[in-house]
Amino acid sequence: MTGALRVLEGQLVAYRRTWRGSVITTFINPVLFLSAMGLGLGSLVDRGARLGSLSYLAFYASGLLAAQAMQTGVGDAAFPVMAGFKWSKTYHTALATPIAIRDLVFGHATFILLRVTLAAVAFALVAAIFGAFAVTAALTAVPVVVLCGLAYALPVMAFTASREHESALIAVFRFGLVPMFLLSGTFFPLDQLPGWLQAMATLVPLWHAIELVRALTLDAASALPWAAHVGYLTLWLVVGALLAPRMFRRRLVA
Amino acid sequence: MVARGLTKRFGELTAVDAIDFDVHTGEVFGFLGPNGAGKTSTMRMIGAVSPLTGGTLQVLDRDPATDGAEIRARLGVVPQENTVDEELSVTDNLYIYGRYFGMPRAQVRRRIPELLEFAQLTDRADDKVTVLSGGMKRRLVIARALINTPSMVLLDEPTTGLDPQARHLVWDRLHELTRQGVTLLLTTHYMDEAEQLCDRLVVMSDATIVAEGSPRELIATYAGREVLEVRFPPGHRYAGWTGLDGIGSRREVLADRVIIYGDDAEQLTSAVTHSGVEVASMLVRRASLEDVFLRLTGRRLIE
Repeated sequence: MTGALRVLEGQLVAYRRTWRGSVITTFINPVLFLSAMGLGLGSLVDRGARLGSLSYLAFYASGLLAAQAMQTGVGDAAFPVMAGFKWSKTYHTALATPIAIRDLVFGHATFILLRVTLAAVAFALVAAIFGAFAVTAALTAVPVVVLCGLAYALPVMAFTASREHESALIAVFRFGLVPMFLLSGTFFPLDQLPGWLQAMATLVPLWHAIELVRALTLDAASALPWAAHVGYLTLWLVVGALLAPRMFRRRLVA
Repeated sequence: MVARGLTKRFGELTAVDAIDFDVHTGEVFGFLGPNGAGKTSTMRMIGAVSPLTGGTLQVLDRDPATDGAEIRARLGVVPQENTVDEELSVTDNLYIYGRYFGMPRAQVRRRIPELLEFAQLTDRADDKVTVLSGGMKRRLVIARALINTPSMVLLDEPTTGLDPQARHLVWDRLHELTRQGVTLLLTTHYMDEAEQLCDRLVVMSDATIVAEGSPRELIATYAGREVLEVRFPPGHRYAGWTGLDGIGSRREVLADRVIIYGDDAEQLTSAVTHSGVEVASMLVRRASLEDVFLRLTGRRLIE
């Protein structure tokens, strides 16, 4: 495990160079999205009163909290991992030292965990300032959000390791991330979708995370028992954690 | 280091075919051969990053299959490509690498200035790698490989792609390492590099070792003392080849010239002059490892 911590330290040293930009984005993005969509678009939605007593801002913010973790998780598991294999080749460099393949995988996953946590806390604070929900409620949702981020990150790390060319990653964003972002209940309740799409959405980890976050922040009843939602997210995480070291090995050790 | 029947296969392709060699402590040992001869695959097995397909290998008295991490902890590795993080500073690259070995932070920080001085990069400590010249990057990678004070350093084509000045600087640094008693293993397709640096070397071709010895032994055994290179005017090449039959102890016919081997260049020169063959130019030189390679494989090292 100490190997993974050394890999993490390396990532943090590298992150020192870019953290300012990324921290600003971490705070500015929630402000922009919550202003435009939560307040601006929300003022129109609330007039329709389809969400009952719930404000659109609260509904949207709780969904986006989880969706943002998915985006961070996928983003950090795609191009930065490809860079380790192909561009900066930091993985090849590390393997000439006592660092093992599992250290590379779990060191990077820990780095993603920190990034998702930071982004989630920042989002929770901003959303609380906007009045979307109480800050304490939002912070209790952070562990769920982090679980969501890693449930995406580890399988995507495995996938990235299995692809020679980065065009596959662009496809993941285009045909995976964007539809999931739009159709898993972030922007509107799932019952607005045709039945078959609803059924598909329940397979998407993001939907499970959003159900949990809404239950925690808005006291909404979740569609399934908690354990089912958590279990489903954990399943993706575990499958990813088992696959990623294998795919890394196949790529790095010939 | 001892290798017996060392073999590496990738599917159908045999990259290294049952080679045997020994490397002694403190010597500079070279793998000379063209691209694709199996040099890098051999180095990767020695570096305990690539499992053997067959044979046995002992590195620093350990077995890479079971003690990979322990071996890597005591090796320095200079890969063929400069795998440095271009976006980070010189110091950060060294720091991260040192920490990979589990060295305490304070120890890494103490070691970095020594390494920068060794690599003559002291005034570049805080520069991003991106702005360094090719020679500086190469010296940085060599410095990085030394961070754990290794007893053996593997260098895969240490000077490929460098200009002559930068190469000499790298050679100078490697000589300094051998003075400190570090064992060096290097691959190269440059004869001059092998002659400059290696105490002993093996010549590799098509996944096998075709000769082994010190550069001088190899030259004496396979090439002789002196060499005459003869070039012909356009259109006279064929006449040239055939007309020179019987001169010298041996001849190699290349696309652009004929190389004649012998012990006395003056004698060779006058024999060519008296043969009546029309020549464009003649060049006398000492026999080199290139001639050894040509003799052993019928091919040149860099084609």
